[in-house]
Amino acid sequence: MLVFRKGESVNLVAALTVLKEQLIQMGDLLPGGDIFSQILTLIIYAFIFISIFYGQRIQLYIMLREVEGSLYKLKYIRDEGRRIAIETIKEIGKPQTDPTARVDRFLEYFTISPQSLDPAGIVWKLEHILDVRDARFKDEVRLLAPAADETQANNLENTLEAAMALNYIYKVIRHYYLLGKKTLSLYIIMQIQMILPLVMREAEAYASALKAFAYGQPIGDGVGALVAAKLMHGHPVRKVPKDCVVAEVPFEGRTAYVIKAEGPGGNVGKPGDAIKTIIEENEGKIANIIMIDAALKLEGEDVGEVAEGVGAAIGGPGVDQFKIEETILKYRIPINAVIIKEDIGDAVSPMRKEIFEAADKAIERIRQVILERTKEGDKVIIAGVGNTIGIGQ
Amino acid sequence: MSRSENKSSAATRVSSFVLLIIFVTLALALAALVLAISLYSNPETQGIAVYWLLLGFIGLALSTYVLFQTRQRILRLRIETPPITTTIECRKCGFKSVREFQRGDYVFKEVEPCQKCNEKMIITAIYREVREKGKTPSFPY
Repeated sequence: MLVFRKGESVNLVAALTVLKEQLIQMGDLLPGGDIFSQILTLIIYAFIFISIFYGQRIQLYIMLREVEGSLYKLKYIRDEGRRIAIETIKEIGKPQTDPTARVDRFLEYFTISPQSLDPAGIVWKLEHILDVRDARFKDEVRLLAPAADETQANNLENTLEAAMALNYIYKVIRHYYLLGKKTLSLYIIMQIQMILPLVMREAEAYASALKAFAYGQPIGDGVGALVAAKLMHGHPVRKVPKDCVVAEVPFEGRTAYVIKAEGPGGNVGKPGDAIKTIIEENEGKIANIIMIDAALKLEGEDVGEVAEGVGAAIGGPGVDQFKIEETILKYRIPINAVIIKEDIGDAVSPMRKEIFEAADKAIERIRQVILERTKEGDKVIIAGVGNTIGIGQ
Repeated sequence: MSRSENKSSAATRVSSFVLLIIFVTLALALAALVLAISLYSNPETQGIAVYWLLLGFIGLALSTYVLFQTRQRILRLRIETPPITTTIECRKCGFKSVREFQRGDYVFKEVEPCQKCNEKMIITAIYREVREKGKTPSFPY
């Protein structure tokens, strides 16, 4: 640097003094004070001019930059998801060939929902499409990981589904980012920028779900299955359609049919079919149905808060809820629900201690409902809904 | 299991061109500050020294801010994997042990025999503990 050498520093000072004098002379030619205040005024005018004519464009570029930053993160999460899925398949499934190409193909799978112009019978069409999708996924996992047992195959299927969701989120955000950049439309960019915090939250939740699925750890969504598992543990269980298990448990002088998806592999089963089977086996003589499920909490509510209500507590595409409602309507069976509150991040990531402890509170609430709503000797159904990954029976 | 994943990928790498610009700006800003100090020693150039000082501080602030943001981006790109705890219990004598989660663990899985009574123990809990970082209720209701 020039200034570090003594002689040259002096030269520079002299040059700057000359420059200052010239600027002052220039300033004398212009009206309104010294040169620096005039430069400041010019800068302010330029700033106003730019704000008026290019303000929106600057705002657009700021938004684009923000979306770009999130897109980088989404790409990283997507790539990590793909890497974890491939590594888990190689580790567990011991495939003969490299599964990378097949995984990439799997990540691009899509499902077309049935036409709803004539909504009559759409539930059965949707159920069929979902069954086909499920069977296709299971076949793919079998081909990808021939050495995996049933539990591991279910966990791998869940891992791939999480990787698929991340791939889809990344592609949608990238689509709107590129579209906004191409058209320079503030409204396209604005829409995506506004929902970005929620999208990022969901993507981060799926990212933490990936490891949980790959390792077979219980997730927050499985708290309903955990409640059922705690109630049925130590009692003989039998399989019921589809992918569910049921145990006959003596509970406060009543007979409780406790239902959950068959664990410990990642599986939600079809509780709708299972409840229908049990009701029909008992010719409709069921005094009460209690469903337990994880539910999304509102901001400000505590994680693991237990609440009680009526109705079929079950998420998903709605097929199972429809079946349960149809069956209980036919036999006029009352239905109660116990929910455990958590946010989207907790629902798909490894189960939090608060949620695990809430299972015991939920059992207490079930006990209260049964004592208040049924008589001794009655038969009740207790259905724990949710992904039973990492939870046996 | 590691607490955080820090694999190098295209998304985590910082462009060397960007880093070069940041460091050149930083060097120029420092030079401006040194020049400002040397100009300030001369009473004739004290006015200009103030502007060089301002320029130097703006350059310094900008380059450190961009550098900090780049580092923050790398930190944000890590996927946190919290430690998972497995609790094993003996239903006969009540002996309890807690260890880190191992692949293959699941709730109600029968594991190794109890150290005290030699009865088979079972996994009774698998969960993660979350420590809320500096959680202060801003809205008390």
